[in-house]
Amino acid sequence: MRGAFARTLTELAEKSPRIFLLTGDLGYMALEPFADKFPDRFINVGVAEQNMVGIATGLAEAGYIPFVYSIVTFATLRPYEFIRNGPVIHRLPVRIVGVGGGVEYGHNGASHYGLEDVGVLRVQPGLTVVAPADHEQTRTALVKTWDMDGPIYYRLGKDDKVTVPGLNGRFEFGRAELIKEGSDLLIASMGGITPEAFAAAETLESEGVSCSVLVVSSLNPCPTDDLARHLARFRTVLAVEAHYAVGGLGSLLSEVIAERALNCRVIRQAVRTTPDGRTGSQAYLYAKNGISRQAIVDAALSSTRERKAAALA
Amino acid sequence: MNSSSILQTGAAVASQCAVSPERVRQIIIEQSKRAGVGHIGSALSVADIIAALYGHVLRIPSTRDPQRDRFVLSKGHAALALYAAFHLKGWISQEVLDTFCDDGSLLGVHPEHGLSGVDFATGSLGQGLSFGVGSALAARRQGSSRRVFVLLSDAELNEGAVWEAVMFAAHHKLANLVAIVDWNGQQAFGYTRNVIDQSRITERWTSFGWDAHNLDGHNVPKLVNLINGFNTVNGAPHVIIAHTTFGKGVSFMERQIKWHYSPMSDDDYIAAKREVGTTL
Repeated sequence: MRGAFARTLTELAEKSPRIFLLTGDLGYMALEPFADKFPDRFINVGVAEQNMVGIATGLAEAGYIPFVYSIVTFATLRPYEFIRNGPVIHRLPVRIVGVGGGVEYGHNGASHYGLEDVGVLRVQPGLTVVAPADHEQTRTALVKTWDMDGPIYYRLGKDDKVTVPGLNGRFEFGRAELIKEGSDLLIASMGGITPEAFAAAETLESEGVSCSVLVVSSLNPCPTDDLARHLARFRTVLAVEAHYAVGGLGSLLSEVIAERALNCRVIRQAVRTTPDGRTGSQAYLYAKNGISRQAIVDAALSSTRERKAAALA
Repeated sequence: MNSSSILQTGAAVASQCAVSPERVRQIIIEQSKRAGVGHIGSALSVADIIAALYGHVLRIPSTRDPQRDRFVLSKGHAALALYAAFHLKGWISQEVLDTFCDDGSLLGVHPEHGLSGVDFATGSLGQGLSFGVGSALAARRQGSSRRVFVLLSDAELNEGAVWEAVMFAAHHKLANLVAIVDWNGQQAFGYTRNVIDQSRITERWTSFGWDAHNLDGHNVPKLVNLINGFNTVNGAPHVIIAHTTFGKGVSFMERQIKWHYSPMSDDDYIAAKREVGTTL
């Protein structure tokens, strides 16, 4: 997604002189297309993410649309108060771009994971939060939102090859995208873990469980009406996310269900424990944290069995 | 009357008073008593700096002119001094000034976004210089001669993020950026030398690549002359270590930690009025 981001932003910058790109010394082998083409609108601010967001605030007040780029945790948690007191309070079009949501930086360890970014950012009413599911959707999301009013957070993955089947790059702000239709269960997914969610749905199909798969990329403001429309059709939704269980997609869906009084159980396939120091690949960490394809399948089957047992009782 | 209509009325009845340090101090005393709030000593400390900037330095044809100079009150807790300047410039009426700290007022203890004239809302120390750096960078990229002024407190330099901005500004030679440090030696809970020693502060800024100056922060003509002599086109960013007295102008507040937070009693107010010459 970061490659798609850099390419798309370069194209947009050809049309708009307002676009500026700042990095906190990250993006080697990713941001060069932009840096080479627009050296006067690209600055490596150094390893100083708070200052980066502060500078972006000053640039935006003067009419620019600055994108600030770093790894998810460094782009969001380190400068969180700058984001709040800068672009959010001033309602300025700063774009926070975080790469490596979830446990994508696996072997780099806990310091590099992004497991609470969506949770802490979507509590800001004035901050748009977008988490594309693949590189094609990253491009569409960027093209459709880059010049919106107010600040935006883009949670991106590193991968630029895998595509989500059936998504075809679709993105509408304030909408979720249904990529598979089924009748027994709804699987909702956020971000780069979505191919796993889709694969789990296909496995479940072969096991006789018919699943719909919903890609939720537009997270704040909450696309309540659209989510409610989908959730109203199901008794169970599995929320799949490489994020802590609190604050992310599962929480978002729970809020919609509660507010609209929908009769739908939420099963949060999310990270529930603090990293214990054992690192590994993303696949290893998905399995360890119960968010792998198999874990999704197991949770779905277990819930289906429980529902059938309850119906018989 | 809502705030926006009050503001329009204020512009229409623009006061002709000059932005003098005396008037700034009188307003600080009057309004802090009327509202029953503290931060009086911090506001008095910068009264002369604010008067120098708004009376003689800042080029602001209108508060909405994109080419106006920008000012960031990074030590946001001195906002009352800023509101006094806005009033004396004729940007806010007496009626608006009298809403300071009222329910629904745009004039809070710290400057809020939304009050015309406030370029950047502040209150969390350590953020204003970064805003100013971005603003100065934008001016340069846009080929504008506008300048950016940031007023920091001395204790604010405890914040690490300030030094991120200091390094960036020097590296990019933001000559159009002027930082002023209100060097009064006090912070909320004690004297700065006892909290975090910041001795040899001028050398610190110089070693980071800034054009650093020491000056009496209560001498308006000298402040104005120094700032107006800066090369704001080429070279290093500028910093003035403005040596000030906390609570300046009210003898019983000067250098007293108490007056960081305390509001005035009626007796305090009578004594303070006598010293600053307020007519109320």
